[in-house]
Amino acid sequence: MQSKFKQGATQITRLGRKGCDAMEALGRAGVFLGQSAVGIPSREGWRLWLRQMHFVGVLSLAIVLVSGLFIGMVLALQGYTILVDFGAEQALGQMVALSLLRELAPVVAALLFAGRAGSALTAEIGLMKATEQLTSMEMIGVDPLRRVVAPRLWAGFVALPILTVGFSVVGIWGGYLVGVEWLGVFEGSYWSNMQASVSFINDVGNGMIKSLVFAVVVTWIAVFQGYDLVPTSEGISRATTRTVVYSSLAVLGLDFVLTAVMFGGL
Amino acid sequence: MKVNQPMTDVPFIEIEDLYFSRGEHDIFRGVNMTIPQGKVTAIMGPSGTGKTTLLKLIGGQLTPDRGRVLIDGQEVHSLSRKALFALRKRMGMLFQSGALFSDLDVFENVAFPLRVHTDLPDAMIRDLVLLKLQAVGLRGARKLTPAELSGGMARRVALARAVALDPELILYDEPFVGQDPISMGVLVQLIKRLNQALQLTSVVVSHDIKETLSIADYLYLIADGQVVAHGTPQTLDTNQDPRVSQFVHGEPDGPVPFHYPAESFYRDILGHA
Ligand SMILES: Nc1ncnc2c1ncn2[C@@H]1O[C@H](COP(=O)(O)OP(=O)(O)O)[C@@H](O)[C@H]1O
Ligand SMILES: [Mg+2]
Repeated sequence: MQSKFKQGATQITRLGRKGCDAMEALGRAGVFLGQSAVGIPSREGWRLWLRQMHFVGVLSLAIVLVSGLFIGMVLALQGYTILVDFGAEQALGQMVALSLLRELAPVVAALLFAGRAGSALTAEIGLMKATEQLTSMEMIGVDPLRRVVAPRLWAGFVALPILTVGFSVVGIWGGYLVGVEWLGVFEGSYWSNMQASVSFINDVGNGMIKSLVFAVVVTWIAVFQGYDLVPTSEGISRATTRTVVYSSLAVLGLDFVLTAVMFGGL
Repeated sequence: MKVNQPMTDVPFIEIEDLYFSRGEHDIFRGVNMTIPQGKVTAIMGPSGTGKTTLLKLIGGQLTPDRGRVLIDGQEVHSLSRKALFALRKRMGMLFQSGALFSDLDVFENVAFPLRVHTDLPDAMIRDLVLLKLQAVGLRGARKLTPAELSGGMARRVALARAVALDPELILYDEPFVGQDPISMGVLVQLIKRLNQALQLTSVVVSHDIKETLSIADYLYLIADGQVVAHGTPQTLDTNQDPRVSQFVHGEPDGPVPFHYPAESFYRDILGHA
């Protein structure tokens, strides 16, 4: 009886400690974001940012575009088989464009970005930490938050929305290939239905807002996991996994919340 | 002969009643030290006693649980981030691993502090970098990347980088480990020369007795989280404390255990552990 009670108490203590640790990590991550992302970049800062744009953006470009193409094609194929039953295959363009702009492009591009660029960012910064490069930079009197972290954060913030646009464009084109070229939907209705139904503010704008939110969250998670990890090879591999898992969950969870607010009439 | 009178010198670093622990493990329990300006001070002790940790405390990378560290009169751990970085420009630190930036080649690694802290024209940076690399014997290696260097070479490049801005203070973490006899000799000379020519304050952390004794003006011996002895190389050599003489004379057995606490070796080997 006594021992059962004690056991229960230890469980609760452990749970509480976990909660405290999580809150503390969240606080550290917040301070980290504030210290590194806020501030006016120097000329050198712009150069470093461009360099990271190249790494982060180009790294994910191929995978994002190829995925966009396939997803657009699949959408058109699936959409057609459903729409044709109602004789509404003329609305295919609208369906493909809205699914991509509102949901699939921001979400899938963010997931791919987390897997490709996010994990690479974590591993790179983690390795710099493990080999004491960050410490030695501090000792030289250069703040690694500004020199290493800030350019990567901003590169991620900017690159993902651009990649998302690319995803949508290629996806719509993929839908066109399958719907119009292959399945024989009338080309004029594919485009004009799309044009008539897609609202720039509601669909394109909201999709971009989503993408921007995902960009901040994914890059923040990736860079913080790299900066905060235990500086050993095991620590790096764990942190890399954590980046992908946390950012995927965050993207999917936030997507629901944002969709509810934007399109669910909340 | 060296003139050894550091205690009457101007102190550059003062460490007062320093406590530091990592989790349950107390690393320092009341360390007091005075490091004189313009001299080579060695901090010695068996590995794992916290020598690297001490350098990180001095550099402000770690914060002590108690006590203070003063560098040139400024209390390191109460400085703002900005002031701390300004203070760090005046010091160079040589890391045990070298810690070269992996995305820059040897030349750019040495040029890094010059580029970020000065507005010198490229031609002058080039001259300065080559001068520093020449001093460590690696001018010919300037195009190599850190991945292409051996451990000893990486440490020498790191030394060139640490002195690139002509700091007032250099912290050396185990500079002699992994050096072949020739570069070891060069390194010893170099540390001495930098110290004399530039009036640098040098702190050498090491467990290499012979080399360290040959360059140090003053020594601190730490073990078990405290300073167990300090003095000039001569006084330590004749120190009667068994912990001191064991370390100074490199005897494997004595009051300072060589082994991390463990089961008996015999039992371990036979798989009984
Ligand atoms: N990052 C760390 N986390 C936890 N313990 C550490 C860390 N770094 C060092 N230690 C521990 O602190 C002690 C002192 O380490 P260190 O200062 O590297 O010793 P030394 O340089 O004298 O060999 C060791 O017992 C080591 O295991
Ligand atoms: Mg060490």
